[in-house]
Amino acid sequence: MNYNWNWNIFWEAAPDGGGSYFDSLISGLLWTLATAALAWIIALVLGSIVGTIRTGPNKWAARIGNAYVELFRNIPLLVQMFLWYFVMPELMPTEIGNWLKSMPNAPFITAVLSLGFFTSARVAVQVSTGINALPRGQRMAGTALGLSLPQTYRYVLLPMAFRIIIPSLTNEVAAIIKNSSVALTIGLMELTASARSMQEFSFQVFEAFTAATLIYLAVSVIAIVAANLLEKFLAVPGFITSGSAKSGGQ
Amino acid sequence: MKMLKVLALMAAAGLLVGTASAQETGTLKKIKETGIITLGVRDSSIPFSYLDDKQSYEGYSIDLCMKIVTSVQKQLGLSSLNVKLNPVTSATRIPLMANGTIDLECGSTTNNVERQKQVAFAPTTFVTANRILSKKAAHIKTLADLKGKSVVSTSGTANLKQLTQLNADQNLGITILPAKDHAEAFLMVETGRAVAFVMDDILLASLAANSKAPSDYEISKEALSVEPYGIMLRKDDPAFKKAVDTAISNVLTSGDINRIYAKWFLQPIPPKGISMNWPMSDNFKAVVAKPTDSGEPAAYAAVPEAQQAVLKKKK
Repeated sequence: MNYNWNWNIFWEAAPDGGGSYFDSLISGLLWTLATAALAWIIALVLGSIVGTIRTGPNKWAARIGNAYVELFRNIPLLVQMFLWYFVMPELMPTEIGNWLKSMPNAPFITAVLSLGFFTSARVAVQVSTGINALPRGQRMAGTALGLSLPQTYRYVLLPMAFRIIIPSLTNEVAAIIKNSSVALTIGLMELTASARSMQEFSFQVFEAFTAATLIYLAVSVIAIVAANLLEKFLAVPGFITSGSAKSGGQ
Repeated sequence: MKMLKVLALMAAAGLLVGTASAQETGTLKKIKETGIITLGVRDSSIPFSYLDDKQSYEGYSIDLCMKIVTSVQKQLGLSSLNVKLNPVTSATRIPLMANGTIDLECGSTTNNVERQKQVAFAPTTFVTANRILSKKAAHIKTLADLKGKSVVSTSGTANLKQLTQLNADQNLGITILPAKDHAEAFLMVETGRAVAFVMDDILLASLAANSKAPSDYEISKEALSVEPYGIMLRKDDPAFKKAVDTAISNVLTSGDINRIYAKWFLQPIPPKGISMNWPMSDNFKAVVAKPTDSGEPAAYAAVPEAQQAVLKKKK
């Protein structure tokens, strides 16, 4: 190995005028967190709605929900981002297309939407699975109590289904943080992009990616610990999933 | 610092073996023992190093590397030398060079002082300048014309770095968009997401020549910086460096370079049979007359004002 190690590189001034290389990695981290957090909100809201519809009694609504899931789940995220960013504005009427192209922070907005839709399809499948995992009697009991269908979902099915799928949703949170790195392909300067530009400017490739790896690891660990605490906090004593995080339910 | 210990051990072992065998050390020794030399090549650095329509790698830098190969083979007295081509990207060229996967990088890599801390460069084999490509309709002639507009450059390039600095120094208020690669950056100008693309002029010329409407684009007369390209090799390997220097200097001073240059920059090249139409610049003619591997832009030309400001800041 003929490599000139230089761990002090992080404190040297980065050429982009924003302070040291360390500062530019941190700024990349902030973009990563912002992208992942906003996309996660979109994913959770849309995913819950679509996932619920897929288990409902209306055949056509369920089919549309299935189509939505298949569309967003089966196209690679990299391709989706490219389509949203480069192809969609060209398909619009010229004025709207030009307005889209001149938007400030276009890469960020595109990345958030694209990542949000992609992950929402995955969340939808988990929500449906969680609802279907409940005993059939739960739904019937809701009807027997005189609850309407929305009320049955709101007070009986969803609170239990969500508790069941917390471990798999935790996985999705970890995945969305890592998937946000795909946004570098449309020019968002997130953490991986910052590490890449650091290695291009300084040729200290191993230092740059070691730092990025450790930062991703720290963020994922924090997210997973937080999710486990949430699961503990929401656990219903005696309910099937209490403590599943401990019993290999992840 | 385990790594340092390992490195020290490796260095010591290398020294011991080195003294036990012939005079060859480092890369030359490896080439002699294995009978293989590995070149790092690029997929899309037209016309320096790229994949043609027959799925084989070729280009100006690869031709020059083959000159080095021939010369090294002669020097080592090998009857045959197996040349392996290993595709690299801008992200992988350094690790693959450091761990010995590739022995030479034949692409379009800028030689500068910062990078010389990590790798060594052969004498400069091309001199390019950082310029501005835009649609003719946009009437962009100078850096000042870009005030307040969206400008794209490729992420991780010296060009983007310079644009960022100039933007901050002169308060131009440019929105700088980093693109993943040259093709995508050009696409941003083509689709109107950015008014201009700041990059090495030769790469701009090649992108424009291969686009759907080459006559729509123009490249600024104003240069923002001077960038020397060189073939890259491992650092701290004086014997191999000397062999490479000798080979490249011979090509430059013997006039061989004129034939190779004309083949790639003045005549139609695959895959589309389009000519780059890029006569040899005066800056490069000076290097041909007097080969140099300097990483200082001042060694090649009067440094543009824009670059001077940036260099001053660093000192």
